[in-house]
Amino acid sequence: MTTQGPNPAETAAGSTAVAEPAEDAKRGNGKKNGKSALSEGKRAERRLAWLLCAPAVIVMVAVTAWPIIYSLWLSLQRYDLRFPDDTEFVGLDNYVAVLSSGYWWTAFGVTLAITVVSVAIELVLGMVLALVMHRALVGRGLVRTVSLIPYGIVTVVAAFSWYFAWDQVYGYFTGPDDAPLTQTIPSLLIIVLAEVWKTTPFMALLLMAGLALVPDDLLKAAAMDGANAWQRFTKVMLPVMKPAILVALLFRTLDAFRIFDNIFVLTKGQNDTSSVSMITYNNLIKGLNLGIGATMSVLIFISVAIIAFVFIKLFGTAAPGSDTEGRR
Amino acid sequence: MAEIVLDKVSKRYPDGALAVSEVSIDIADGEFIILVGPSGCGKSTTLNMVAGLEDISSGELRIDGERVNEKAPKDRDIAMVFQSYALYPHMSVRENMAFPLRLAKVDDATVNRKVNEAAEILDLTAHLDRKPANLSGGQRQRVAMGRAIVRNPKAFLMDEPLSNLDAKLRVQMRTSVSKLQKQLGTTTLYVTHDQTEAMTLGDRVVVLRGGHVQQIGSPQHLYDNPANLFVAGFIGSPSMNFFPGQIAEGSVRSPLGTVPLPDRLKDAVQAGSGQRDVIVGIRPEHFEDASLMDDASRERGGLVTVKVDVLESMGSDAYAHFTVEQSEAIESAELAELAADSGRTDTGSDTGFTARLSAATTARAGEPIELWFDTDKLQLFDPSSGKNLVSVE
Repeated sequence: MTTQGPNPAETAAGSTAVAEPAEDAKRGNGKKNGKSALSEGKRAERRLAWLLCAPAVIVMVAVTAWPIIYSLWLSLQRYDLRFPDDTEFVGLDNYVAVLSSGYWWTAFGVTLAITVVSVAIELVLGMVLALVMHRALVGRGLVRTVSLIPYGIVTVVAAFSWYFAWDQVYGYFTGPDDAPLTQTIPSLLIIVLAEVWKTTPFMALLLMAGLALVPDDLLKAAAMDGANAWQRFTKVMLPVMKPAILVALLFRTLDAFRIFDNIFVLTKGQNDTSSVSMITYNNLIKGLNLGIGATMSVLIFISVAIIAFVFIKLFGTAAPGSDTEGRR
Repeated sequence: MAEIVLDKVSKRYPDGALAVSEVSIDIADGEFIILVGPSGCGKSTTLNMVAGLEDISSGELRIDGERVNEKAPKDRDIAMVFQSYALYPHMSVRENMAFPLRLAKVDDATVNRKVNEAAEILDLTAHLDRKPANLSGGQRQRVAMGRAIVRNPKAFLMDEPLSNLDAKLRVQMRTSVSKLQKQLGTTTLYVTHDQTEAMTLGDRVVVLRGGHVQQIGSPQHLYDNPANLFVAGFIGSPSMNFFPGQIAEGSVRSPLGTVPLPDRLKDAVQAGSGQRDVIVGIRPEHFEDASLMDDASRERGGLVTVKVDVLESMGSDAYAHFTVEQSEAIESAELAELAADSGRTDTGSDTGFTARLSAATTARAGEPIELWFDTDKLQLFDPSSGKNLVSVE
């Protein structure tokens, strides 16, 4: 449970912030090796650097590193709170159990499907919204505020309002014989809808920052060169804002992969609509099986790390905060 | 190749601001026309209207006799070079230059041939596979030119293409732009705020102020016969000196002393009989150190003794900055605008005058000197309207 808590992006940003002062100190002394070569002043400076970032390091270790390590350790144990006396180190047995379970793979497939579909829709809608907000001549402030309202609503509250919209008894989108939230595919579609409704504004915000990277002159030049509106969009605008798009996609994919609240409220994971976070919760909190639950959270952690790796290494997404971000 | 006609073209923004007012210019095929003026004079707006990037509020724009007001930029067959160069950062130099051809669905062989030709002309062959980010300012500027010339457009529009270059490179590129235009013979409309570029590049120069055309003519014509105070002050560097004065009985009285009017001016101002106020203009280069003149030459001009405040030696010649005692300062909106544009109001030196003297001058800062000036070159302006009293054209 705890491992997926901290956003990896935040973790990364946090650790760069920690590393920076130390690097400054290193750069300052010129010679990296040979401690004896360090002057008294340099040594004091380095000590000060460590002292200054110590609080941050301690907090990071306490809230991130330790839970991760502890989860790893738990995942290697048979540890069920219903049988606390039967605790034993079992090596990778928990992993074998989870990875050979149909439940895990169903949840994994559902999570992947929700992620891909919702992020794809969000990208398209977010781009449209960003273009509208960027181009809006009148009422730009109003348009931006209105479009950001969904993002300002707590996910659980929004999920409940969707729940009441689609509920068989109270739902205003459904009739008495119509219970979409009890069927797998309609449920998943509603979950995607709730997810898209909620996070499209966030996508639009990130993309709008990318649009600001495209100089007006570039679009004018393309118009002079003979490009129509669609060609200007695909051949100039999109390539130039590609770094921003990739960052937005990375953020949203990582978030979407950890989907929990919407499913929890809308279906409670019934009818094969559980995400990986959902079944982890069920095993860890409801089932009190710390070993299996920890194993699942480690697997989620690994999946998220793989997604981030693919984005950064294969698609060349600039890691947030790095030098190359959004540079032309 | 095309002739471009602006027929009373105006631009009014939705908020009512009039950016360009009834500008009429006939641009002949192959001509190099410069739009020049201080910032906010409407020159870029005019260019954008020709390009199709801004709508024309009223008036007509014709390219080769055909009205193009409603045509999209891509249908006007005009290429534009931007001040920022506007190179596509994700494309190599080759792709940047090929972009307009690719959009026009030209076949690969032709694209390659044309890009290579353009690269040859602009000396970019070695850089074709680099990205714009890895090029120097001058190279980027050439790529922008290359992108414009590959498709043989009807006309080039250039919006301050040299302004982002450093001074030395700007002079070099100025020459190459001029050479390129002569070589290709393509109609060119070039916007600049730099009067030196305007003077050196253009076949004809259009001086704009506040959205109105002040004067259109060859650089030399504008220099010799400025239509009004604004053009007189804008064209020429250092700019023209202006003194308050009166004309009466065939002579002109000013802080420079009383000198007889040359024949050229006598005829022109005869209509206004009796005494009248004028503004007297004389360019720095029409002064000379009187001690360097032979007597015969001195006869042909006026003499005035002034105190030199600052002497700047340029090697080839020397600029003497001086003040004269004058009863009243000249009040003119046009001169105020010029002063604001050149930053003179910021430096607080708007009362100074400049004379360009031979390097051999004996002038010393803080000491008086006798200056000779060429009365033939005097310009007289009406103080209220700012118009040149000698009607030109």
